[in-house]
Amino acid sequence: MKQMLACLTLIFSTYTVADTLIVQSTTSTKNSGLYDYLLPLLKKDTGIQANVVAVGTGQAIKNAMRCDGDVLLVHAKSAEEEFVAQGYGEYRRDLMYNDFVIVGPGSDPAGIASASNAVEALGRIKAAGAKFASRGDDSGTHKKERALWEKASIDPDAGSGQWYLETGSGMGATLNTGVGLTAYVLTDRATWITFANKQDAVILFEGDPALFNQYGIIPVSADKCPKVKQDAARVFTEWLLSATGQAAIAAYEVDGKQLFFPNAN
Amino acid sequence: MDALAEAFRLIITLDADLYEILWLSIRVSLVALAIAAVIGLPLGTYLAITHFPGRKLCILLLNALMGMPPVVVGLMVYLLLSRSGPLGWMGLLYTPTAMIIAQVVLITPIIAALSNQVIESLHQEYHDTFYSMGVTGRRAVAAYLVDARYALTTCILAGFGRAIAEVGAVIIVGGNIDHLTRVMTTAIALETSKGNLTLALALGAVLLTMSLLVNALVIGVREYAEKRQYA
Repeated sequence: MKQMLACLTLIFSTYTVADTLIVQSTTSTKNSGLYDYLLPLLKKDTGIQANVVAVGTGQAIKNAMRCDGDVLLVHAKSAEEEFVAQGYGEYRRDLMYNDFVIVGPGSDPAGIASASNAVEALGRIKAAGAKFASRGDDSGTHKKERALWEKASIDPDAGSGQWYLETGSGMGATLNTGVGLTAYVLTDRATWITFANKQDAVILFEGDPALFNQYGIIPVSADKCPKVKQDAARVFTEWLLSATGQAAIAAYEVDGKQLFFPNAN
Repeated sequence: MDALAEAFRLIITLDADLYEILWLSIRVSLVALAIAAVIGLPLGTYLAITHFPGRKLCILLLNALMGMPPVVVGLMVYLLLSRSGPLGWMGLLYTPTAMIIAQVVLITPIIAALSNQVIESLHQEYHDTFYSMGVTGRRAVAAYLVDARYALTTCILAGFGRAIAEVGAVIIVGGNIDHLTRVMTTAIALETSKGNLTLALALGAVLLTMSLLVNALVIGVREYAEKRQYA
């Protein structure tokens, strides 16, 4: 069996790329076009070809735990710290931030635009009997949303399938659902700005410090994953954290709007 | 309508990204199809013309496997090829090869089960002749395959259709990486998630056109060959 498969590998060896790096990351960073902008610059500076697999943060972390990534770039700080604490990551550093916003139908039936904070906005959605579309996929955005419901002392699961709609999908798919059902959605700002199917949905609530969205970067540890491309992973990480990488992140704009704000510590 | 115009624009402007993605789709599906046919056709034929205990069960299993959800196949191949999986040492995850493997798993049962049906009906007709001529075993399998070659093209096209259209398996094992493992279906999924519905639909129209061409080509070749044979 092993020989046969080795044979197959030989036949298709032209398909495998010699030395590339796999980055397990989130849909928000990929769909916003950030990587299309950054990776060519990285390649020019360091010669590293990075391939990005974009999934929800929860899945990205699990994939990296199975050693299927060399670098993890996600947005769920406590889960990331847990990942490092368990020995899967070498270290974790803050990389950049933006923020979450709550979008919804322009008519704003729950009147969240005048809410004084995010928790109150969610409370108004529930009280008004309006619909809310949730990622429901253990992603960074989903974790943030669940934490906000908890702060609001609301158990949305009780209304699951009625007013609380868990799509179990990526940010874009959830936005498509939300727009289609005139529901409210918590989304990261970068995905929203680049999302092309807004219809009559608009940003209704923003600016609460509780909606801060921090992205972190972690090179996967060779102790847990011996096959990890440790050197390349470190170079990739350090490049993004360097003045050059940070400036490149700040320079990326869509429609004249900066999507990510570098804050390496 | 916008989508059709967009599809037309993409095709005639020779959009480089589109052709790269389209070519990878075709390459992955055709290689998978070739491997699946080499395994599936003799397997289906063998099961149609031999008798052994458990044969019915094998056929039942093949038929059931036709309904295998691509996501499940993708997941199984992912766990197999994961760096922490049994075949992780080969470093195949997130490569077109991984996508080919997943599609082979997905379409081999389809080709085997459908060809089994075709050969089984042929077998009732030919059984006595072949038996009296002493054509058995491997030679019989080959003889049936050659004889039923026209009918079997439909089985192969069914396999191709499934391979070129599926997204669940290739997105898991390929990762939808730009310029490496992005194919038509994963590109459509991506554009849909970005809300670029017109572009997504346009890509769908391109994929459908391509599928139409492949089917027309195969059926055309078949008709031509059949006519020549009986002329």
